[in-house]
Amino acid sequence: MKRALIIGATSAMAEATARGLAQRGAALYLVGRNAQRVAAIASDLTTRGASQVGYEALDVNDFAAHEAMLDRAMRAAGGLDIVLIAHGTLSDQHACEGSVDLTMRELSTNALSVVALCTRIAPRLAMQGCGTLAVISSVAGDRGRRSNYVYGSAKALVSAYLSGLRQQLSPAGVQVLTIKPGFVDTPMTAAFAKGPLWASPQRVAAGILSAIEKRRDVVYLPGFWRPVMWIMRMIPEGIFKRVAL
Amino acid sequence: MQRGPPRIVSSWGNVARGEHRVYGFSSRFEDFPDISGGCTVLPFGNGRSYGDSCLNVGGALLETRTLDRFIRFDADQGTLSCEAGVQLADILSVVVPAGWFPCVLPGTQYVTVGGAIANDVHGKNHHRAGTFGCHVTRFELLRPDGERMSCSAEETPDWFAATIGGLGLTGVVTWAQMRLRRVAGPWLDVESIRCADLDELLELSIESAKDFEYTVAWVDCLARGRRLGRGILQRANHADGAASAPRPAGGTGFAVPFAPPVSLVNSATLRLFNAAHYHRRRLRTRTVQHFQRFFFPLDGIRHWNRLYGPRGFHQYQCVIPGSGAGEAARSLLGAVAAAGEGSFLAILKCFGDRASPGLLSFPQSGITLALDFPNRGAPLAALFGRLDAIVAQSGGRLYPAKDARMPGDLFRAGYPRHGEFLRFTNPRCSSSFWRRVMADA
Ligand SMILES: Cc1cc2nc3c(=O)[nH]c(=O)nc-3n(C[C@H](O)[C@H](O)[C@H](O)COP(=O)(O)OP(=O)(O)OC[C@H]3O[C@@H](n4cnc5c(N)ncnc54)[C@H](O)[C@@H]3O)c2cc1C
Ligand SMILES: NC(=O)c1ccc[n+]([C@@H]2O[C@H](COP(=O)([O-])OP(=O)(O)OC[C@H]3O[C@@H](n4cnc5c(N)ncnc54)[C@H](OP(=O)(O)O)[C@@H]3O)[C@@H](O)[C@H]2O)c1
Repeated sequence: MKRALIIGATSAMAEATARGLAQRGAALYLVGRNAQRVAAIASDLTTRGASQVGYEALDVNDFAAHEAMLDRAMRAAGGLDIVLIAHGTLSDQHACEGSVDLTMRELSTNALSVVALCTRIAPRLAMQGCGTLAVISSVAGDRGRRSNYVYGSAKALVSAYLSGLRQQLSPAGVQVLTIKPGFVDTPMTAAFAKGPLWASPQRVAAGILSAIEKRRDVVYLPGFWRPVMWIMRMIPEGIFKRVAL
Repeated sequence: MQRGPPRIVSSWGNVARGEHRVYGFSSRFEDFPDISGGCTVLPFGNGRSYGDSCLNVGGALLETRTLDRFIRFDADQGTLSCEAGVQLADILSVVVPAGWFPCVLPGTQYVTVGGAIANDVHGKNHHRAGTFGCHVTRFELLRPDGERMSCSAEETPDWFAATIGGLGLTGVVTWAQMRLRRVAGPWLDVESIRCADLDELLELSIESAKDFEYTVAWVDCLARGRRLGRGILQRANHADGAASAPRPAGGTGFAVPFAPPVSLVNSATLRLFNAAHYHRRRLRTRTVQHFQRFFFPLDGIRHWNRLYGPRGFHQYQCVIPGSGAGEAARSLLGAVAAAGEGSFLAILKCFGDRASPGLLSFPQSGITLALDFPNRGAPLAALFGRLDAIVAQSGGRLYPAKDARMPGDLFRAGYPRHGEFLRFTNPRCSSSFWRRVMADA
């Protein structure tokens, strides 16, 4: 039986992943911003087969509250095999360009809060000498684009941070998994028109669970985004700056 | 929240389609979304209705697919509450291992609880269990004006009766509570019996109702004359715990990837299929079957509706009440056979006399006949006209869940409580079906 902590548990991708874990009888600890919704998800996961479900409400930008939350999560399950960090907000690029406050807030939610959490989670997993730290970054972090470079740069920070953390933790036997989804049909992207490139949160969740099982380092979900983003990274900056993306 | 720009939505039969603004929920605690532009709105489950009763072309749809959380499963009492977008397939995967079973299952498990309530769906055990709504004990109705009502037969009998079978026109059901029934395991004891004509089929159906919980008949509707109404009756009971058989591998994995340019279901393929299907069976067989195979034989092939090609298909489902039902069924099958418009799926079932809870529920005591036809345009419309006349004359009615074309006067004659129902419809809710059948009222 696995013990998992899920931060940003009300995210559609996190919830789909949690259902997969519940079906396998995992013990879960859910953390989300909206208490009522986290509680509803907890009841659902209990019904779907989770052996134990604890939960609490937390705004991830409240860095000072992280330590106590992690203590409670570890106590509830008696250790952790998997920590999944999934929260995020799709920044309004145009609005960010007109507001330093908003830009800083977006960077905080999408990057700094993740760094703060990982800083506290890393030594705990290292001490255990096992476990998985899985974080949802994004293909958007692979290259800054005019349409969403505040969000993209936050995800780039997360990806780079995890790459270093992986080097640090792998001797201790801890898996650090960077998850880079492409377009996923979730509340975050509700307003977009959907096409054939879009994946369901269920499909992404299956990819996350399999990547954890196979102890992968970096996954693109679905996998076709890996070559697509490789090409995107290869375009010389002199050309890239003239492309509207 | 609004989900993307307006888009084309169609239903299971692919005959009704059109542009909709699409809205959704991220949780059941959310308010009824603000529908921009003042257009009407209709809840949308999983689109397994065949015609236009789940569409609101030119208006808005409110998707419930993200309301898919279980709320509480009491494995001692056999009660389940869940959000309205939970599909029966998910319920089965949770309750069967615990020894419980839904009281009523339609012919596909990919319907939502909200959709099952709004059409007050029936199954092969109607003669015992009545409709889906008979086992719903409570639900929450969220209306476009923002009001939330907790509805039950005791506290709000009028809203309860209007919303069950209410075609989504009273508001959106956000969650529901239902009773389950005990089973020993996933297996059924199934008998299939070949019947040489309609009399034999009806007689055996009625007789089987006494000792069998589930009964349903497949009819070879290309057979004429003496053989009119020949078919195969299936009857079944839940098997005891010791029974077992090979477990189906969770669907065949087959999917129809796209609609072929013409319907693969036509009179030549039908003639072959029907003759083979009828003669394949021995006079009487008895097998143990997994519930998936018994209840949902078509769910194994995803998107089987695409086999009918881009023009789609119609299902014609009627119920004929009373003592004249057998004769009416004979006339209906006679008309179909004479037209040569064979139907691949022709299902006959005797409904029991348990009263349906909804003002507009379809099932009533009598015989129901469901026939699938590839959409061949005018000749099919002419046949439907002849079938309508028989249904109207025998005091029967058609099933809105399967319909994309019934005339308004046939609807209103078949559903005499539609006037009473009007008091509960929300002015901001509407559907393509509703506008069609009430246009000339
Ligand atoms: C292969 C197959 C076999 C079938 N067999 C049977 C059968 O044996 N017996 C039977 O009775 N039916 C049968 N049906 C029909 C099917 O059960 C009904 O059409 C059912 O209502 C579809 O549910 P849905 O979730 O797809 O809802 P939709 O088709 O999306 O919607 C159906 C209606 O429900 C309303 N609705 C949906 N959700 C809500 C909600 N949350 N609150 C309020 N209103 C809501 C919609 O507005 C619409 O009026 C079958 C269909 C198929 C495809
Ligand atoms: N959808 C995509 O196309 C896509 C693509 C690549 C990467 N991603 C990433 O995937 C992850 C999951 O997103 P999703 O698509 O599943 O979207 P989602 O359903 O909208 O989930 C985002 C979650 O983050 C939570 N959150 C936001 N700010 C928070 C805060 N300050 N404190 C606590 N929780 C907060 C939200 O909580 P509330 O519900 O309470 O607001 C919400 O549950 C995110 O990291 C996202 O950046 C998404």
